[in-house]
Amino acid sequence: MSRILVVAEHDGSNINPSTAKTLSCAKDMGGDVDLVVFAKDGAALAEQLAALEGASRVLRVDREENKVPVAAIVAPQIVALASGYSHILGPSTTFGKDLMPRVAALLGVGQVSDIMEVVDAHTFKRPIYAGNCVLTIKADPAQTVVATARTASYQAAGESGSAPVEAVDVQVELPGHTRFVGIESGSSDRPDLQSARIVVSGGRALGSAENFSIIYSLADKMGAGVGASRAAVDAGYVPNDMQVGQTGKIIAPDLYFAIGISGAIQHLTGIKDAGTIVAINKDEEAPIFEVADLGLVGDLFQAVPELQKLLES
Amino acid sequence: MQKIMVCLKRVVDYNVRVRVKADGSGVATEGVKMSINPFDEIALEEALRIKERGEAEEILVVSIGPTDAQQQLRTGLAMGADRAILVQVEEEIEPLTAARIFLALIEKEEPGLVIAGKQAIDDDNSQTGQMLAALWNRPQATFASAVTLDGDKATVVREVDAGLETIEIDLPAVVTTDLRLNEPRYVKLPDIMKAKRKPLDNVSMADLGIEPTKQFQAVSFDSPSERQKGIIVEDVEALANALKQKGFF
Repeated sequence: MSRILVVAEHDGSNINPSTAKTLSCAKDMGGDVDLVVFAKDGAALAEQLAALEGASRVLRVDREENKVPVAAIVAPQIVALASGYSHILGPSTTFGKDLMPRVAALLGVGQVSDIMEVVDAHTFKRPIYAGNCVLTIKADPAQTVVATARTASYQAAGESGSAPVEAVDVQVELPGHTRFVGIESGSSDRPDLQSARIVVSGGRALGSAENFSIIYSLADKMGAGVGASRAAVDAGYVPNDMQVGQTGKIIAPDLYFAIGISGAIQHLTGIKDAGTIVAINKDEEAPIFEVADLGLVGDLFQAVPELQKLLES
Repeated sequence: MQKIMVCLKRVVDYNVRVRVKADGSGVATEGVKMSINPFDEIALEEALRIKERGEAEEILVVSIGPTDAQQQLRTGLAMGADRAILVQVEEEIEPLTAARIFLALIEKEEPGLVIAGKQAIDDDNSQTGQMLAALWNRPQATFASAVTLDGDKATVVREVDAGLETIEIDLPAVVTTDLRLNEPRYVKLPDIMKAKRKPLDNVSMADLGIEPTKQFQAVSFDSPSERQKGIIVEDVEALANALKQKGFF
């Protein structure tokens, strides 16, 4: 039977929703699932993890060096805990993408990136070629599976669990060659793009950073997260961390608005798991209409404020 | 520093819409345009800019792939790299093997910095740079959107989900590039001619003493499930009503 270790992602005070989704992926593999959190003081974080349904145990590794998770510092600690586990999983977020291949190489094994479906404990489906192909891959059962879970493919595990928490002492020398300096967050107090129920994204047709205000206005009325196409980011209308798509964030909200976005393949890859896609674009030939559940051909500068008014009433 | 090593992968050009073969044995690549992986092109551009600022003396481009990957290395030389090495491999290799090959090249060449793309746009693994840094026991700065060198240290701004993270790393190290690090230059015709005279060495995995790992087996390649095309609504009012009907508002 599989014994699976899931590495939790957090910002120091809250567990990232990617963790509960990775747990769902782990549960599909069958077997015992432990969660592990690396922090400076992980007491509150471990409490949050203990509530996730399906975890057997929560391991808590507190060290001063874990104040901010740095891949080169966390990886050797995971390796120290690895024996006895058949699978080690992280989320396919920038945290997990940075960390897990380092863990795999230190263990002398490969990695399965972006698991979108578990066929069995050693057979997985994952997207390649920007989502234009789905590869089914079988891992050698004799070796440890290190993997990342594509979070947009999984529902978060529920929060009525009560797993026991164990503080674990990991005595391993940590490198000092990589030092965290700071983080600058471009976004506001709007809902997080990757966990928002509704997301409103704007594209190049917005024309300027100022014009993006109509996107923010509509989003704020609905309590939605705000995203953007790569073209809008490259044009400097919004910061990088708002980019939705294969090279930005891959999201799966219940409702997605693509406004003034033509629908390049790499953007569509980032939204194809969304529940309902709404597209507003003045070009009726735009590829976004091929995937939209509801399309409106028209001028976004008229349609968006009008839609906002109608949804308010 | 003396030398920067840049890893270039030959991949299906990003403008090609790849198709899955009907028998599920792979994607159709015959007769398809091949290019340098776009993220690797950004990696090379960054190395060239570092050299042009006088902070590095030599740019070495390396690739792992079939004989035809010489074309991508020649393009790299035409962009401005000084020297190229192709590790000739005809079969698909796993990222861990690629990392071991690059480590063997590092041990020979002793670069002060290795730059690679954050992922290849064919297998979308995003593993090799991190694995290389781990095997080398050196720092990694993945998803870089700005790189500043200062003696034996570098400051790297990374594109992470929460925004822009800044880390400081000791050199040597591995940096992997994100989209917005720079815009690669175009190659000019005279540079293509000049590149033909630059050194390009071919070595084999056996020359480097590497045995490929084989942990994974491709079972099948399938087309993704397509979304059903929806409806075009008449006007904004119809859109609002449809959303209310679906229970969103």
